[in-house]
Amino acid sequence: MADVNRGNRPLSPHLTVYRPQLTSVTSILTRITGNALIVAALLIVWWLLAASTSPEYFAVADGVITSWFGDLVMTLSVLGLWYHTLAGLRHLIFDAGFGLDIPTAEKLGIACLGGSVVLTILTLILV
Amino acid sequence: MAYLTARKRAAGLGSAKDGTHHFWEMKVSSAGLLLLVPLFVFTVGPMLGQPHDAVIAHFARPFPAIVTGLTLAVGLMHFKNGAQVMIEDYAGGIARKALIIGVTCLCYAMAATGLFAIARIAL
Repeated sequence: MADVNRGNRPLSPHLTVYRPQLTSVTSILTRITGNALIVAALLIVWWLLAASTSPEYFAVADGVITSWFGDLVMTLSVLGLWYHTLAGLRHLIFDAGFGLDIPTAEKLGIACLGGSVVLTILTLILV
Repeated sequence: MAYLTARKRAAGLGSAKDGTHHFWEMKVSSAGLLLLVPLFVFTVGPMLGQPHDAVIAHFARPFPAIVTGLTLAVGLMHFKNGAQVMIEDYAGGIARKALIIGVTCLCYAMAATGLFAIARIAL
């Protein structure tokens, strides 16, 4: 009797059955941006290694990172980095037990989205 | 398998193993990165596309070298733990183990490479 339907139980309905909400979308974005940052990290580490090796090798890596495609990757990565940083700050706030009611959580989500765009524009101007 | 009782099969499958330690490590590294990320963006960012001499001179100074090395080390360990959670969510069995080992190796290799490069420039 204990073996009835073992391992073949229905899974609880997951993301697909819910209407996307601000809280769920901002949470998923945190994961996507965090994991996507490995591309920029690889480029920066390669660029540093090239700089430490020789001026010729540096010219190659620097050429790639400042090409239009490198610029596109780095700009999107800066956006992702700021978003992930703000979302991480939001997580620390949540973990401390604050801002968990839906209106505040949604305001914090909008702050992450808007704040990352503002910080990215600021970075593009300053850097 | 059929002779195991339901209780025996479930024993040890709960989440309360090293999950709290993993969570705490994410929390500590995220607090550190909150400070390091802005420093990193504004010390490394302006150097992209600069001449080789200027880049070498920049990373030979203590502050840029330490900020860059620290951000790469803390950031990649944070990535290792974060990517592991994603893998555990979406992959199972052998694939899960292989991916976690792969990500761990990649992160340590990248951290070692970055630190080596900075040390070579700075010293």
